[in-house]
Formats: sequence, structure tokens, C-alpha cells
Amino acid sequence: MSLSRRGFLKLSMAMAGVGAVTGLAGCQSNGSVTGAKRVVVIGGGFGGATAAKYVKLFDPTVDVTMIDGQSSHTTCPFSNLVIGGLKDIDEITHDFSALEKRGVNVVKGWVTGIDAEARTVTLKDGSSYEYDRLVVSPGIDFNYDAIEGYSEEVANTTMPHAWQAGEQTLLLRKQLEEMEDGGTFIMAAPPNPFRCPPGPYERVSLVANYLKENKPNSKILVLDPKTGFSKEPLFREGWTANYGNMIEWIGGDFGGGVTKVDPDTMTVTAGGTEYQGDVINVIPSQKAGWIAHEAGLADDSGWCPINTGTYESTMKPGVHVVGDACIGSPLPKSGFAANSQAKNCAAAIVAMFHNENPPEPSWVNTCYSLVAPDYGISVAAVYEVKEGKTVSVEGAGGVSPLGGKNAEKEAGYAHDWYASITEDIWGS
Amino acid sequence: MSNNREAAASRRLPARALAAVGLGLTLFAGVSLADDHGEAMEMSNGSIIGSTCMGCHGFEGKGSGNIPRLAGLPKEVIAGKMLAYKSDGQEGTVMNRIAKGYSDEEIQAVSEFFANQ
Repeated sequence: MSLSRRGFLKLSMAMAGVGAVTGLAGCQSNGSVTGAKRVVVIGGGFGGATAAKYVKLFDPTVDVTMIDGQSSHTTCPFSNLVIGGLKDIDEITHDFSALEKRGVNVVKGWVTGIDAEARTVTLKDGSSYEYDRLVVSPGIDFNYDAIEGYSEEVANTTMPHAWQAGEQTLLLRKQLEEMEDGGTFIMAAPPNPFRCPPGPYERVSLVANYLKENKPNSKILVLDPKTGFSKEPLFREGWTANYGNMIEWIGGDFGGGVTKVDPDTMTVTAGGTEYQGDVINVIPSQKAGWIAHEAGLADDSGWCPINTGTYESTMKPGVHVVGDACIGSPLPKSGFAANSQAKNCAAAIVAMFHNENPPEPSWVNTCYSLVAPDYGISVAAVYEVKEGKTVSVEGAGGVSPLGGKNAEKEAGYAHDWYASITEDIWGS
Repeated sequence: MSNNREAAASRRLPARALAAVGLGLTLFAGVSLADDHGEAMEMSNGSIIGSTCMGCHGFEGKGSGNIPRLAGLPKEVIAGKMLAYKSDGQEGTVMNRIAKGYSDEEIQAVSEFFANQ
């Protein structure tokens, strides 16, 4: 067998790199001293960490730097299990050591600017990193102004959103533990589009499970600006089977949209009615993470438009946006989708470096939700590119059947899925 | 299908070739530019589909709990299962819904990818 063109390119690049290194020995930089192509990734979550790992996997000669504000990532998936008392937060927190072992240069720091012309990323401490291709996976930020009386401070102290796993996840858990039996848990659900479409409904399910076991006279009220929600018939069936009438849901067409909150009186206003709660979880409307706006990657929708398959920004060439921050529909804003997007993006970037066509893009999304610890439901879809657009493959995908016949099995698969995807991203 | 196979094969070779060359360079110049962190993954239609399967089936298809291992299974076994799920000849939970998303050629390509892991 002879060496392919790709192999020859790699070989040439490696050879060229030796000369460069020999000439510039001792120079510490993510720069091109080695002659290698440089990819910088912003964000170590589902999208970012996957992109970093898979660029390195598809072409180990690429110099990959991943920048995150933390030294580990606490996942939003399964954070509802922490809130429900079924898992410890340490069990959903993953460090970046496996990525480092793979040769990814992991940097802890806050990105303050992206210069897409000069192809540099600047950090708060003044350091900067050059790139040939940048992957931005900043997750979400919140439109606090959309609800009168709500703010980042209220979220941090009184009415947590807990929609970025971490301190607020623990705060919401603590509030639930301190709530008296007979209390009311109120959730203000977010409008579309938002991170993890079934997430709010899984959360109230696992809160209900905790209350049923510990504070059975309590009530849950979901105030929702939407007129329906993900896997609704399955959730409703599961709620009735597991919790009777503990959960009440008021949709947008019945005045469910929360317009005002008052942390002093612990009240929320929706459809002109004031509701009092003992624990109030306000999940506001969302937009792409801060840096996406700062760098001019987001459009008027608040999210980042991208090219099909490559995830290259339509607003800033050379910058790719994956995960919740991008307009990736019909893929949902889920951790699974971010993982799937980042793999296609990584392949596209490596192909670009070698002037080759990337493989045909292909995506899967499978979202398990726990209605109760032993009662799981799922939604799945496969996506392809058709006539230049990402579409859901016709005849595939869908939700679990009603009747709960697979519910116990799917609860087990939910845990196995979590172990697999976190291992795929941060574990090896 | 055969294109996928050829593409996959053509991309597997360079990574190994590069690793070998890299070792040589280490001795020659004191600098290794080859991958010290494990073997490269091929880039092909089969590996892209396969990488997305790993979201449930684990990195390289190693499996997890009751989600089966795919790595190293004979290609015919993986493809046979996928085709059975696709035609509803075998009942699963989520796999009937997922298998219907792929052409028979894609099923062959992804089965070969996992068989080679």
C-alpha cells in the first residue's frame, strides 16, 4: 500500500515542523512554531470538550487549546437528579485531565475578546492565543430583563434558575430540603428556544419524587408560557402514575407566562394572577453565551447562525459555533446534540486543513428523561443533510410508546447513557 | 459503500505511517510531532456515524451497563442487528427508532467501523 495524499500532507507538515522547532527552540506558545495547524476551543462543556478531543483524534498533529473558566465541567444533564436528591454534584462533575492526556492544551481563564480578523483570542489576564480555526461553545446566557423583578442577583440568592449546573443547583436542592411539608414549589418554565426542552419537566418530576417520599402534602405548580412541551403525553402519563395530582401545569393559553417576580414576598405573577410559593425556580428566556454576543457571532435572535455541517459562523469566517449557542435546528439544544454537532464540526475542520471534503455529516440525538427513579422516557432522532439543509430523517425517530412498558428499562438506559457520553467527552 | 471502505482504509494508513515517522524524527531531532496520545481515528462516513453512536454506546463503542458493546464485534453481527431493528424484526426500546434513520449502506459502513475498533 502506498501512502495516500492525506498521509503525504501530514508527513510533509511534520517534516516542515521539525525545521521550525529546531530554529525556534524554547519558544513557548500555542503558535505555529511547530508548523502545526492551531485550533482554539472556547468552552469545556458538551460541545467544546467534544470538539477539542475529536479534532485531536481525527488529526493528532493539530495543536488544540481548550479554554474554560473552570477547571472542570458540571453537567446540566443529570443535575435534576442532584436537585431531586438522587445524586451528589461530584458525580456529575468532570475534570479535563483525560483531554490533557490526549494532548489538548487546557487553559483555565475567561475569554474577553475574539478578533476574527487577526484570528486571536484574548483572555482576562491579558494573554492571547492565535488560531487557524476557532470553535466557540459558550452555552447559554439569560434574558433576566424579560421578567420584571428578576435579576442575576435574585437568581443567585432567592429564586435560582439552576439552568447552568453548579452553585444554583445546590441552592435549589437546599431550598427544597428546608421547605416544610405542605409547601408549594413553583417553576416558571422558559419560552422556546431554550436549553434541554424536556429538562424543566424532568425537573418537576424528580422534585415530585422527593416530595412524595419526604413531604407528601406539598404541591408543585408549573407556570409555562408555552402551550405544550416536549414529550408531554409521556410526562403527563408518568406524573399521574407516580404522583397522582401533585403536579399542576398551567400553559400559555391559560395565562401561564410569568411576567413578574417579587423575591421579598416570594410571589410570581402570571396572566394577571399572583401566586405564592415556598420554593420558586425561575428559568428565564435564554440566548447564546456572553462571548458569542461580545464577538458578534449572534444575530437578532440572540443565537448564532452557522453553515450546515461545518458549523462555521455565517457572521465571522474561521469561527465555528457548536452546542446550545448555535442555531442548530432541527437538532434541539441538548448535550447529546452538542456532542454530535462537535464531532461533525471537528471532522470539517480537519478536512479543511487538508483541503479535503469532509465526510457526509450525520447526527443523532437521544434524550432520556427520568419521570421517577425507575421510570424513564426517551425521544430520539437521526439527522442528515438534504438539499443543503439539516433535516430529520423521515420515518425515523420519535418518542417512547405510551403505556410505560419500557419505562423501567429506559430508566436504566438513562444512567448508562450518562456514563457513556461523559466518558466519550471527558473520560478517555 | 465501497467508497466508504476505501476512504476509511486510505485514512487509517497515514496515522500509523505518521506515528512511525514521528518515532524516527524523535531520534533524529529530539522532537516528536507524532501522536503520543493514542491512535488517530479514521475520518469516514462510517466513523462519523459511529462517533455519534458513541453518545450512548460509549467511546469507541465500548458499551456501558446494559447498553451493548459494539467494539470488535463481527461486522455481520452489528449490521444484522441494525437491519433487524430497522425492519422491526427485533423489538428494542430506542434502537427501532434510530436504525430507521440509516440506509443499508450506512449500516454496513458503521458496522465495519465498530468491527475494526
